[in-house]
Amino acid sequence: MPWLAIIFLLLTASGLYGGLYLAPPDYQQGDSYRIIYIHVPSAWMSLFIYVVMAMTGAIGLIWRIKLAEIMSISSASVGASFTFIALVTGSLWGKPMWGTWWVWDARLTSELILLFLYLGVIGLYGAIDDKRVASKAVAILAIVGVVNIPIIHYSVEWWNTLHQGPTVSKLDKPSIHVSMLIPLLLMALAFKFYYLIAVIQRARIELLKRERNAQWVKSMLLEVGQ
Amino acid sequence: MSLQEFFAMGGYAFYVWTSYGLTLIVLLVNIIIPVIQRKQFLRQQALKQKR
Repeated sequence: MPWLAIIFLLLTASGLYGGLYLAPPDYQQGDSYRIIYIHVPSAWMSLFIYVVMAMTGAIGLIWRIKLAEIMSISSASVGASFTFIALVTGSLWGKPMWGTWWVWDARLTSELILLFLYLGVIGLYGAIDDKRVASKAVAILAIVGVVNIPIIHYSVEWWNTLHQGPTVSKLDKPSIHVSMLIPLLLMALAFKFYYLIAVIQRARIELLKRERNAQWVKSMLLEVGQ
Repeated sequence: MSLQEFFAMGGYAFYVWTSYGLTLIVLLVNIIIPVIQRKQFLRQQALKQKR
């Protein structure tokens, strides 16, 4: 855990130094584009974590592995946070560049639906007292919701939208300069490590709560109590 | 580039720094909540055991 935190902080520090200080302003967007260094990695994480949540959910559903169930539900709150960040920073970027905080276009709407899916998962899990049953229900919801992931990803290609097209994933020739690309990738990696830290934190307390009657939790409580 | 220029963000200071500030808050909250929940849980269970 401390190692994960150190790696996260080093990546974030170098990413932000590169992104906020070293990289030049954009020739069209000036300095406002610097929101990209949290907006895009957050949006990537919102999709990535959803897939992890659905996959661990499926593993829990099929093989009834408790740890998979715990990883799945622990991912939900972190994923919801990144989705929220992607939406809010996108709005804060859209206002000066597009002249509006929000438009109901394909990319923005499908990302908002992603937030509702996450909130649905969290709410459903909380509403069912038997956590093993809750995990089953949540896994099904998460798996059905996966249909939204390719829609978000391809929305800027399938529909006309205010949102700009992909600038990084065109691997043959990314239309972003390397001095801007490197900090972006550093931040993306940093957020991956953040997710690891946050999900482990969540999973630990979730495990404690579920196993409150197990012997190892009781003996741990005795140690803490003394 | 002076420090003042850096914080001005070419006139986009409000949008850029609000984005970064909000992100920082959300990421911190995500780390702090489990710590609080853990403390609460341990306290509750300790009380139960005393009874």
